[in-house]
Amino acid sequence: MPPQSAALLAVRELSVTYRVAYRGGHTLLRAVNGVSFELARGETLGLVGESGSGKSTIARALLRLVPAESGVAMFHGSNLLELTGSRLQAMRRHLQLIFQDPLASLDPRMNIGDILGEPLRVFEPQLSGEQRRQRVLAMTRAVGLGAEHLHRFAHEFSGGQAQRIGIARALIIEPELIVCDEPLSALDVSIKSQISNLLKDLQRQLQLSLLFISHDLAAVRFSCDRVLVLYLGRVMEIAGCDALFSAGRHPYTRALIRAAPIPDPVAARARRSAPLEGEIPSPLFAPSGCVFRTRCPMAIDRCAREIPLLRQVGDSQVACHRAEEVGDGL
Amino acid sequence: MTAAPLQIRGLSIGYPSDHGRIQAVRDIDLDVAAGEFLGIVGESGSGKTQLLLAVLGLSAPRAELRGSIRYRGQELLGLDSAALNQVRGNRISMVFQDPMTALNPYLRIGRQITEVVRVHRRSTWRDAERRALDMLESVHIPEGPRRLRQYPHELSGGMRQRVMIAMALIAEPEILLADEPSTALDVTVQAQILKLFQELRARTGTAIVLVTHDLGVIAEVADRVAVMYAGRIMEQAPVHELFAHPRHPYTEALQQSIPRIDAPRPLHLASIGGVPPNPAALPAGCAFAPRCIYRLPICDAVAPPLIQSSPGHWKACHHDGPLGRLRGEAA
Repeated sequence: MPPQSAALLAVRELSVTYRVAYRGGHTLLRAVNGVSFELARGETLGLVGESGSGKSTIARALLRLVPAESGVAMFHGSNLLELTGSRLQAMRRHLQLIFQDPLASLDPRMNIGDILGEPLRVFEPQLSGEQRRQRVLAMTRAVGLGAEHLHRFAHEFSGGQAQRIGIARALIIEPELIVCDEPLSALDVSIKSQISNLLKDLQRQLQLSLLFISHDLAAVRFSCDRVLVLYLGRVMEIAGCDALFSAGRHPYTRALIRAAPIPDPVAARARRSAPLEGEIPSPLFAPSGCVFRTRCPMAIDRCAREIPLLRQVGDSQVACHRAEEVGDGL
Repeated sequence: MTAAPLQIRGLSIGYPSDHGRIQAVRDIDLDVAAGEFLGIVGESGSGKTQLLLAVLGLSAPRAELRGSIRYRGQELLGLDSAALNQVRGNRISMVFQDPMTALNPYLRIGRQITEVVRVHRRSTWRDAERRALDMLESVHIPEGPRRLRQYPHELSGGMRQRVMIAMALIAEPEILLADEPSTALDVTVQAQILKLFQELRARTGTAIVLVTHDLGVIAEVADRVAVMYAGRIMEQAPVHELFAHPRHPYTEALQQSIPRIDAPRPLHLASIGGVPPNPAALPAGCAFAPRCIYRLPICDAVAPPLIQSSPGHWKACHHDGPLGRLRGEAA
């Protein structure tokens, strides 16, 4: 794990609140609640949690697609959450997004050469047409496509090829931080591994920092250096990938890992523990104290009264009153 | 051994389209034995959903079907809806991927369940409601009387899928078809639904045919597995046999390309080059040949038939030697 001092992005106490219709009026829904984390240069950090855990909202707040209620996100010496106008625009070249649905994220009326050339036109207007063409071609090759693809349109591509184009478009202006929001979820099994390998290779070659949002824990284990586990907008646990998957300290982390299917009937059926009961509650009715306590097999009275703070236990930072009692084996 | 209640023979499903004829399903033979848990795994476009829909006579009107689908000796292909309704929802029922679109948003849960009871059993509304409450209990939905008065949007995704399963099981079918029933759900809720399927099968003896793209789900619950690719069954075997000794290169590729949560990560995942074929322009030989690392000259010319290579283990592949060439790269 790279040292913390090399943090490229430092998020402190980020909260995001949505105004939602409720019983004929409005109410506030806190989707992200006091989340802090750092992302080092060249590091891939996984954000995991069930739907409603706030993982996509964190990404949207950092990209300024939704306003943050409070908090700080230091990136390149300034607070991302406060930038406006031309400074925000200038920052966007360092911070790019790879979407879940690759076909929907490509303009159907532009050919691929134009789609890839556009970010260069915006952020590097000094380039000549020929220089731009060279950069587009080099990037196209880096994602495993060729010159013959540049004149085609989005609908002529398969999902996997379209995701390659999505990756090329995000990387062509050489950003430092990439937010990947479920980049593999829409892809077929036989294509997923191609794109997983490609993202990992590019991340290493270019020393990119990746925020990797996924509900697929096995994909996170393959792609990420560290993992942040979210539940109802709060951080449950942050740990290095190996520590988290072999000895996660939060009961929710354990439950997520136990629920993930294993493609091996012997190993899958050797796990005889009961699945976690119930479903994630609405953030409108978040439980008092620890938000996970209503589904937690280890909950005690204290969990209803006192919000557990994130603290170091073993190799994890974990927000659980009983983390020491969560054993080592899974 | 008694004859399998559901026998599919030589089933092909084609559609006319602007780009030529699409072959969604090609010459499939498949049995569903009494009480078994059969997993069908395949990617999008492999024909797995089309196969299920055809069993219930739910293929699109312009679909052209050939072959035979027999339930307890009765041919279902070509049956009119009145005759089909004696079977579907009653002897063979189905659970769909997205419970929100399969439930009527305007009707209370209670009305939707009791209607199913009344269609298949002569009963009073009161008896039907009692039956509905029993079913909710058996799929572990608490507070039954209150749930019956709620609308689908008032339930969580997991609850809605439980309601769909209750409706599918209310007539005590012999076979339950499930099309990606847990794909739209969170992983913890998926685990609950898979456990529920296993429990219901053990209690009622209903055979379950579960279609999924996820080999992990298959490994968790299935007794026997059929692997589909480009409309055909590539391999079919008992679950432990299939995972321990895959005989088709496509099965091996699927298995090797999935990252595992219970093992240290490799540097690279094994990966299958290329993309699945266009169903309107399938190759003459084996549909997987263009992506196959074991490809022989004959593979491009002749589609291999599905043959039994050892008892209960079927494969459609010309390559006779061992597999094992495809591996991820260690870190």
